[in-house]
Amino acid sequence: MMDAHLVAEHARFRLDVRIRVAPGQVVALLGPNGAGKTTALRVIAGLTPPSGGHILVDGAAVHARPAEQRPIGMVFRDHLLFPHMNVLDNVAFGPWCRGASRAEARRAAAIWLQDLGLGEHRRRRPAELSCEQAQRAALARSLAVRPRVLLLDEPLDALDAQARLTMRTALGDHLSGFGGAAILVTHDPLDAMALAERLIVIEDGVLVQEGTPSEVARHPRTGYIARFAGLNLYRGRARGHEVSVEGPPAGRVTGGPLTFSVAENLSGPVFLAFPPSAVALCPIRPEGRPRNTWQGTVEGLERQGGHVRVRLDGPITAAADLMPAAAAELGLSLGQKVWASVRTTETHAYAAPAGGCEDRDAPYGGGPR
Amino acid sequence: MRVFTTTRRRPKGISRHVLPDGASGIPMILLVPAAAGLAFLVLPLTALVVRAPWPALATRLAQPHVLAALRLSLWTSSLATVGCVLMGVPLAWMLARVAFRGRRLVRAVVTVPLVLPPVVGGVALLLALGRDGLVGTWLEAIFGVTPPFTTTAVVLAEAFVALPFLVISVESALRSCGPRLEEAATTLGASRWTVFRHVTLPLVAPGIALGAVLCWARALGEFGATVTFAGNLPGRTQTMPLAVALALETDPEAAIALSLVLLVASVAILACLRGRWVAAA
Repeated sequence: MMDAHLVAEHARFRLDVRIRVAPGQVVALLGPNGAGKTTALRVIAGLTPPSGGHILVDGAAVHARPAEQRPIGMVFRDHLLFPHMNVLDNVAFGPWCRGASRAEARRAAAIWLQDLGLGEHRRRRPAELSCEQAQRAALARSLAVRPRVLLLDEPLDALDAQARLTMRTALGDHLSGFGGAAILVTHDPLDAMALAERLIVIEDGVLVQEGTPSEVARHPRTGYIARFAGLNLYRGRARGHEVSVEGPPAGRVTGGPLTFSVAENLSGPVFLAFPPSAVALCPIRPEGRPRNTWQGTVEGLERQGGHVRVRLDGPITAAADLMPAAAAELGLSLGQKVWASVRTTETHAYAAPAGGCEDRDAPYGGGPR
Repeated sequence: MRVFTTTRRRPKGISRHVLPDGASGIPMILLVPAAAGLAFLVLPLTALVVRAPWPALATRLAQPHVLAALRLSLWTSSLATVGCVLMGVPLAWMLARVAFRGRRLVRAVVTVPLVLPPVVGGVALLLALGRDGLVGTWLEAIFGVTPPFTTTAVVLAEAFVALPFLVISVESALRSCGPRLEEAATTLGASRWTVFRHVTLPLVAPGIALGAVLCWARALGEFGATVTFAGNLPGRTQTMPLAVALALETDPEAAIALSLVLLVASVAILACLRGRWVAAA
């Protein structure tokens, strides 16, 4: 069990978040670049001095201890194996530092390497391993000291797609067998969804949302989370089953506020979210559908997996996913004007705090990139 | 402009064919001074090799005072290098890894002997460690030692001028390997000393070796500070460079022979540097 209140300050940046992780639980720490994710991990590990707060691990205060005396392991994005030692000695280094004899430490290391499928690579130098093998060795090295808290700082981000897949599986296996608390920093929604039971999102050093992956994905509270979850997200004002969404500030407005019909019955400030796949595009204005419809300009076109992601500018920015055939039929090109519409059944509204994180959010929302 | 079009047309082998191409592509205003510079460096060394008393070389070098100077030089510059490594590596570590007040000032102070005329260094050492020096008075009163004009003084003078070479080279090695591997070691439970001993030192070993070689070369060639602080006493403080200077007045052939030995030592150091240490650092 880890209970931490992390406070750290450096030039023009302040981190102030509370993180609680139960034993055996994996929490993904998400946030845009510069949000303070890595700083948070470094404060927990003792590599960056905090300017306040506390860190309790299994009830014991560890924040006053130097890094080497904390029961905390860390896996770094770029493995950081010691290049002058072979893989076995890299993994044995931790147990040896913590008091085991060289022979004991090597025996323990050999078992960990076996566990991670690196048994036959134990005599190799880190430079002779693939990125994925090196990252596995780094995982073995941090687990070999039997930490109570495991910090994973973008452990998959330096890997290519295939290596990422196998490493993600290996990581999942070992995290489920790991009895301590684990915190995973990642940029990849899939990693977070696949590995973590709970998501914590921080932006500009403060916590903006926390919950299970499905809760967070369904009810994103900031533009960053919506993009992360692959949703179009807007702030609006609800009156019954209608939500009016303000366009961008004057100058770019090409009409009044847009009105959307939603299934929920709400009033006051709300978030409105819909997935890009719910957006249909049409060259002419759809007949008899004044709501859920707007005219936009094609700003970007890219192939994403089995569909084409179209980025639209206009009264609201949005992303639409089309089947390649549909995109070909429309003959889409950059700068082209199209009519977009969203099915009511796929728009989703939920209460937003009044004002609140206005400054943090894109003022008129936006779509995933 | 011509140079660029030439390189574009012939991207391969450009480094090998600079001179043949140069006649047409490289501006004369650069080529002439470049060639003059090269000649300026090569000519004196060629003269040294050409005028060396080759047949009599062995007997020249076998003279007792020459051998004594050679032995003293090797011995003192090696001792000075050991001293520099023992003091310089921790100093470089402090400069690279500890953010203390006045670090920039300390770094500036460390580099002073690099630009200071060696004679001034010798005078300064006399004022510090001489019979009436700042520390010298105490040394004589308590331990009864007076370093100036002893072999110890030679080692001290050489270490004084050579230390910056070691510190600068080790500090840059420390900076280039960065603190992240050390942080990883810390999270595994390694104390600061364990990190230094088992992670930092092996990582900067090439930098230390490079620094030590540079340091040794500088100590071997030391003249100004040595002659000022240690004098020129054959067998005790007369190192090779001092012997060369003295021999030039009395026995030019001996001076050439001695110079040749120092040249060979320098070339050996260069070969050392071009080898794996430089590549690894």
